[in-house]
Amino acid sequence: MKISELFDRGEFVVTAEVGPPKGFHLEGVIEEAKTYLSGITAVNVTDNQSSVMRMGSLATCKLLKDAGLTPIYQLTCRDRNRIALESDLLSAAAFGIENILCLTGDHTKLGDHPGAKPVFDLDSVSLLHTVRLLESGKDLGGNDLVGEPPKFAAGAVVSPCSDSVDAQLAKMERKVMAGADYFQTQAVFEPDKFIEFMEKAKQFGKPVQLGVIIPKGAAMARYMNNNVAGVHVPDDMLAELAADKERAKAGITGVEIAARVIKACRPYCQGVHIMALGWEKHIPALLEQAGI
Amino acid sequence: MLITELKSKESILSLVTGKVFIINCHGCKEVRFPEAEAEELEKELLASGKVTGVLTTDYICNPENLKLRLERRKTMIAEADAVLVLSCGVGVQSVAEFLPDKKVYAGCDTYRLPGFQGVTPLEVNCDQCGECFLNLTGGICPLTACSKSLVNGQCGGSKNGKCEVDPNMECGWERIYRRLEAVGRLDALKCPVQLRNYATDKDV
Ligand code: SF4
Ligand code: SF4
Repeated sequence: MKISELFDRGEFVVTAEVGPPKGFHLEGVIEEAKTYLSGITAVNVTDNQSSVMRMGSLATCKLLKDAGLTPIYQLTCRDRNRIALESDLLSAAAFGIENILCLTGDHTKLGDHPGAKPVFDLDSVSLLHTVRLLESGKDLGGNDLVGEPPKFAAGAVVSPCSDSVDAQLAKMERKVMAGADYFQTQAVFEPDKFIEFMEKAKQFGKPVQLGVIIPKGAAMARYMNNNVAGVHVPDDMLAELAADKERAKAGITGVEIAARVIKACRPYCQGVHIMALGWEKHIPALLEQAGI
Repeated sequence: MLITELKSKESILSLVTGKVFIINCHGCKEVRFPEAEAEELEKELLASGKVTGVLTTDYICNPENLKLRLERRKTMIAEADAVLVLSCGVGVQSVAEFLPDKKVYAGCDTYRLPGFQGVTPLEVNCDQCGECFLNLTGGICPLTACSKSLVNGQCGGSKNGKCEVDPNMECGWERIYRRLEAVGRLDALKCPVQLRNYATDKDV
């Protein structure tokens, strides 16, 4: 099932993210996904997230699909040139994977193989362009594909609370022009900024899923403020997380905060994308508190 | 060594819609400059009455030199809507750095040749990619100013205007966006999807 069809029907689409392990034993990930993500429409599978080497996104997507979940195949441009990316898109189509998310990817220097060659032959925009080209039956070399071309719901990301939101909007427009069907956002903790962003983004007419992280504590929030682009946890939330360490550790405060953000933003977006970062077990409570 | 070649006449004429000031850099000895072709183009532009002035010189990558020469031609430059620079990528970027409020266009593509690469005592850099992108990026080279050499805009990693790879380095695409904003050329970001061509190496 393509998630773009759900957006078209006006459904509020909830997705979550899982990261493949550093190894090839996927039982744990599948178990967790079945237990906590059953109420969720589709599951993003990250692609060597943060440039840390892990099991591949495509194989993980296939195994999740076999287990009855709907995967969203994330592709970054960091590790593969255009030939490998096109080839993997065809492989995904062969596995019946219909949802993808096109990303530029973090630089190799940020990960656990800092000496690796950063590829970036394509980027998020030219990858979206490539997807739409393959769907027309051609590849980037100008050659015809054999047989029925693939068809994907192709998503992209945007950072609504970025400190240069105008540059982000310009990039979003480029992604729309290149053929993006839907957007997932970087984690939002400032509903005001998100709403302001959506006022400007709605001209593009593409569904946007609010990005959500359940903050695990004041230290994590502060870490994100200092290190993660486009994420800012405001002072009052920091104080809330710091006030009762036990509550924060148990996930109660984080779930409350995330649910509040979702409720405030829900009228302005078309879905939610949850990046649980290991706290998948709190997703059911979050959805309940947010009234989804 | 490097080699500069004139972009196609159509692409240059499409950029030069209003009045223009032309800078030719005959360069250092490491660069082969297309003198005859440049002269022909210049004649054509002169005949059309669009040219407010011409500066033909060398070493425009030397900031002291450049400053002196451009200051002497301040009025001619002020009269022009854009400055067309026929030089290697470093030269164009040096002029764009010096005239941050002016539309500065590259008339050439810069290719790599084996051998000594010349010495640029500057912040700006050119990778001699053979398909100069400077006309889409406000005269700031996306290949050398962005850690990922992106050609379709900023990645999501920039924080407080700094690059995700190095917090001491300004994000190249942040600089490009601000420059395009300053010269009123944000529409350049609506150009078609750009793809690098790694097959541009010249057979010379
Ligand atoms: S885009 Fe950059 S590397 Fe390519 S020719 Fe222009 S200045 Fe040189
Ligand atoms: S942060 Fe800016 S300079 Fe660094 S890789 Fe991203 S776009 Fe390029």
